[in-house]
Amino acid sequence: MATIPANEGFDAHDHAHDHDHDHKPSFFARWFMSTNHKDIGTLYLIFAIFAGVVGGAVSGMMRAELAYPGIQYLGYFAELLGTANPSFDEQLHLWNVLITAHGLIMVFFMVMPAIIGGFGNWFVPIMIGAPDMAFPRMNNVSFWLTFVGFCSLMFSAFMPGGTGQGAGTGWTVYAPLSTSGSVGPAVDFAIFSLHLSGAGSILGAVNFITTIFNMRAPGMTLHKMPLFVWSVLVTAFLLLLALPVLAAAITMLLTDRNFGTTFFDPAGGGDPVLYQHLFWFFGHPEVYIMILPGFGIISQIISTFSKKPVFGYLGMAYAMVAIGVVGFIVWAHHMYTTGLDVNTKMYFTAATMVIAVPTGIKIFSWIATMWGGSLEFKSPMVWAMGFIFLFTVGGVTGVVLANGGIDDNLHDTYYVVAHFHYVLSLGAVTSLFAGFFYWFPKMSGRMHSEFLSHLQFWVFFIGVNTLFFPMHFLGVQGMPRRYPDYAQAYSYWNEIASLGYVIMAASIVIFFVNMAYAFLAGKKAAGNYWGEGATTLEWTLSSPPPFHQFETLPVIDDAAHAH
Amino acid sequence: MSLADTARSMGKAFRTLGVAAALTFGTQASAAAPVAPTAAAAPAVAVSSEAVSDSAAPAADAVAAVPVDKGSYVPMKPTPGKGQPVDGGWTFQDQYSETGEQALWMHDYLLMPVIVVISLLVLALLLVVMAKFNARKNPVASKTSHNTLIEVVWTLVPVLILVVIAVPSIRLLAHQYDPAPKGAVTVKVTGYQWYWGYTYPDNGGFEVISNMLPDADAVKNGEPAQLAVDNRMVIPAGEPIRIQTIGSDVIHAFAVPSLWFKLDAVPGRINEKVLMVKEPGLYYGQCSELCGARHGFMPIAVEALPRDKFEAWVKTQPGGTVGPAAETAAAPAAPAPAAVAAPAAPAA
Repeated sequence: MATIPANEGFDAHDHAHDHDHDHKPSFFARWFMSTNHKDIGTLYLIFAIFAGVVGGAVSGMMRAELAYPGIQYLGYFAELLGTANPSFDEQLHLWNVLITAHGLIMVFFMVMPAIIGGFGNWFVPIMIGAPDMAFPRMNNVSFWLTFVGFCSLMFSAFMPGGTGQGAGTGWTVYAPLSTSGSVGPAVDFAIFSLHLSGAGSILGAVNFITTIFNMRAPGMTLHKMPLFVWSVLVTAFLLLLALPVLAAAITMLLTDRNFGTTFFDPAGGGDPVLYQHLFWFFGHPEVYIMILPGFGIISQIISTFSKKPVFGYLGMAYAMVAIGVVGFIVWAHHMYTTGLDVNTKMYFTAATMVIAVPTGIKIFSWIATMWGGSLEFKSPMVWAMGFIFLFTVGGVTGVVLANGGIDDNLHDTYYVVAHFHYVLSLGAVTSLFAGFFYWFPKMSGRMHSEFLSHLQFWVFFIGVNTLFFPMHFLGVQGMPRRYPDYAQAYSYWNEIASLGYVIMAASIVIFFVNMAYAFLAGKKAAGNYWGEGATTLEWTLSSPPPFHQFETLPVIDDAAHAH
Repeated sequence: MSLADTARSMGKAFRTLGVAAALTFGTQASAAAPVAPTAAAAPAVAVSSEAVSDSAAPAADAVAAVPVDKGSYVPMKPTPGKGQPVDGGWTFQDQYSETGEQALWMHDYLLMPVIVVISLLVLALLLVVMAKFNARKNPVASKTSHNTLIEVVWTLVPVLILVVIAVPSIRLLAHQYDPAPKGAVTVKVTGYQWYWGYTYPDNGGFEVISNMLPDADAVKNGEPAQLAVDNRMVIPAGEPIRIQTIGSDVIHAFAVPSLWFKLDAVPGRINEKVLMVKEPGLYYGQCSELCGARHGFMPIAVEALPRDKFEAWVKTQPGGTVGPAAETAAAPAAPAPAAVAAPAAPAA
């Protein structure tokens, strides 16, 4: 079963002899009822770009408000979103809605759909020599669940949420602020949005695990799989184990809110801190879910443009497995100030620091891959090298925060905001752009402009560093997160950060100009447009690949040479 | 600094925190009392319910009848750069507690050098790679893909670095959990939407309600806008204070950056930690757990005073008492309205 291309049963009698002829369904059937992994990947990417623009616009609203002390724009934004003559509390509530929406959109509807749904769907089957994913219809369901989840989150912004419209609980949705603290359906819709996208991700995880274990081409052993496939495999296991815990936790929130249960209400014997344990048992693996596929992408790119195999392949693969395993036993470092027992805090301090070891192995192995290589600084390579540096900076501040005794001061300050934006906004997103420029011509058949891509990198690099580096200073000076207003002393770095946002936004404009160029005037892309360093199976196909690839399975021989 | 030492300090460490026994009488009373959370409606100084219970009322009269004991208190002016952020600052605020000094030392002299060196090492390696191994200089790539020795080295060296960090880190944690000595002043900090309440169970059980000052008033007082409050949390300097935190509605966090202190105020449990402020001064902080619309508008101001001035301040509070009799009477047995016995001290 697994080795038979999914559509062969239907098409074999008239098309099996004709590999060049791509029989594509009509527009509606192709894009709304898709069972093709490449089309679903494209849908995910377009959706993620759209959600990223929405989430980025929300952060623009936040940086505008934070540029100077005082409340300047929140009233205006609240009126735009339909609250006539917003009171002071309604304006402040809108702030909380913005931070919540930014977090949820960027995590669940931008990074995850792009990196797993988009690149994972597109390239995992191709890289292992499979014709499609194991469960093509379920693949389609995953995408549309994610899409409907996003709609639910958008609806929530227009529902009553307690002190104003929308869910203002933060992306962590801590009880009791999210239960007794937020009256009205907004939080229910936000929680439902997490349920939907979470269900989509679990189905996706099942699909990836099955595909990778069962549908590898002959000769493609686990230890020959490209590292991107390894990264998606580890990520899929993290999703499969972590998301049900989130689903349980937010279901308990829903019943606490609507059906009188008291899971997180001390008045009925519940415990608000229990929610945090459950949330972060999911939440910490979640950050690795967002970054691990990025690691995989970076490994492919570094190897391609160094024209060398990845240094220490097995170490790289098992470092990701180690990060995934250890990622499940460090969750309470997000909760150092909740009143943990001292021994608990000591354990989580030690365990958290352990993660630095496999992460260090990855950083050094990438550098060792380049060492002795013949480097070509094509746009994906530049983004990838930027990733290595930015991720290192974000990683070392993680070592600082890992210390429970140090975190007592830094917890919930802008230092934490700086840290996780360095690993995610500058780490995961940089790896997304790296992967995008690496594979865009493969996916579209058109070359993007290398010049615009390089230009975007440098503008982005300057922008995000101007935006996020000053947040370290704000954090050590004591500025708390999730504040719409601040003491005068914090205004200097806030203004610079907001300036950085403008630079970063300009880089996104360059990105869209580049896309317009590629589709209007881009050169046709050859099958292997990166040359000798690109050795994985997607480079054996045309650009874009045929609608169904590998109807005859490739055979991977001992020399790892695809036929 | 051996592992054995660490193990011993871990054993010594006091397990105060965790799930507290339950809501005490006082908690329930103060949690139920403030139903009008708007700034204007909150009373300037509220007296918690047990202190004004009927048997306490005559004793309170007795306090009023002894004018000698009525303390005096003038709110302290802030010192620029002390206990508050500084314009464009990019380092930690100066620390005024012992744990703060230790933690700051560990950050500045251990963590910062390590992370700066690692970041620069990675940057340098990237630059070397770019300079030496670009396609023009090195047209033919090597095919090296393994080197067991170097892989072992870059696994073990980070492990050693982390051990070097972990040992003082664990010691710091143990120290931060040192228990409060017997007789330490206790302040129960209650987070409300959106203001703070400071109850002094050892000193008559009065509660100080602390709201943010409007920006204009703060500036008029010579205090930083967004940080100034109407009624501060006043504590004695130079001695360990037992801080207990609890949330009355949602989770808040009591945080003062210049004292390296942050503890969540969670509904249904009491968290406890020792705070020792080394010298008198005014130390500002802000709520540090998202608690709803006015999360950013419930600052904290801790005023540490010499012992005698602290006692004078206590006496300005309704039902405020000082002295060993007050402590021994008020400290034990939460269920009893203990504050009743407290006014015996000034009468004696």
